[in-house]
Amino acid sequence: MVSAGASSRDEIFAILDEVKDPEVPVLSVVELGIVRDVAVDGSAVTVTITPTYSGCPAMRVIEEEIRAALEARGLSPVRLETVFAPAWTTEWMSADAKRKLAAYGIAPPGRAREESLVSLTRAPVVERVPCPYCGSRDTEVRSEFGSTACKSIAYCRTCAQPFEAFKAI
Amino acid sequence: MASKSEQRAEYLLRLGDDRLVLGHRLSEWCGHAPILEEDIALANIALDLVGQATLLLGRAGTVEGKGRDADALAYLREAVEFRNALLVELPKGDFALTIVRQLFFGVFVLLQAEALQKSTDRDLAGIAAKGVKESRYHVRHSADWVVKLGAGTEESHARTQRGVDDLWRYTGELFLADDVDRAVAAESFGVDPSTLESAWQATVRDVLSRAGLTIPATTYMQRGGREGRHTEHLGHMLAEMQIVARSHPGASW
Repeated sequence: MVSAGASSRDEIFAILDEVKDPEVPVLSVVELGIVRDVAVDGSAVTVTITPTYSGCPAMRVIEEEIRAALEARGLSPVRLETVFAPAWTTEWMSADAKRKLAAYGIAPPGRAREESLVSLTRAPVVERVPCPYCGSRDTEVRSEFGSTACKSIAYCRTCAQPFEAFKAI
Repeated sequence: MASKSEQRAEYLLRLGDDRLVLGHRLSEWCGHAPILEEDIALANIALDLVGQATLLLGRAGTVEGKGRDADALAYLREAVEFRNALLVELPKGDFALTIVRQLFFGVFVLLQAEALQKSTDRDLAGIAAKGVKESRYHVRHSADWVVKLGAGTEESHARTQRGVDDLWRYTGELFLADDVDRAVAAESFGVDPSTLESAWQATVRDVLSRAGLTIPATTYMQRGGREGRHTEHLGHMLAEMQIVARSHPGASW
């Protein structure tokens, strides 16, 4: 139990690390890089967050859960501030978070590339995402748009398992 | 003469309305796309566009300063008050037409968002930076499909060519700059759309030529959307889009 008015930034981050993304329940909002900053003033907390995608429907739920988690520890008032710059990128995901994703059955994102318009309209994506089930690289991305904005649909030719892959963005 | 904030709000409305109207049109595919993956892809792209629209209209409302939020701007304006380009309000047509429109609009939006990342308005620059990442996926998706369909069967080629023929005359409006565009560009708040045209032409012509598709010889271009002169289709679309919000004023769920 964190006593009200005596919380450090690290303690707040530790509380927020328990708030999972409802669409990727194996990762916390801190691990995903959604929480950009925390400021504490007595029992008042300001959490700066950034959306993963402009239209991500999970953001509203995430905001409510962040608020609830902090208020449950007696912190109040909780203020949420949304920032758009710098834009969220999967490059903020730690190696540990990527391991958790793979163990959960979602292929972690590769390196996010800043592609030019020409390469976007020319070169087909031949990214071979490793299969989270058998590790084979003989996989193909079937669609870059999956069940949520942040995931694509892939298929493993070795173990014949379809799987989701976290988009590099 | 419009004030600076009026010009800025007007400009933000154009950005937001383009995305909102196309996002809604795309969502009409939900449950109707030719394959499941496309149903999901088009719904995802629609979600990105509506999400961007929400942010841009929210910013427009703040800059306007009349107490209207993104919802009020989306649901409580008449067709004549919408500032979207005509291209995005046309009925969705068949899958080929939808994909051609996605290419035309997607390339435009990517170029526009790349330029807007340097906006002096911090919020607009941030919204644009996020949009760039999303638009890259959208452009890859539509360019891929246009080549696949254009270079596909006789039927898919014919339908895609028809899409190009039907939509080409609506592309010119995207690059028309008026006093509002020039004013916001001069203060580096926005970008003059005419500066995006050559890169757009080069990219789109390249994709179409690889797809074996030709650009119609006509150079006549339709216009009017930015001034609120729309096709009859927008009113019908808004009637459907706005009915719940207008029937239950102030309701939340």
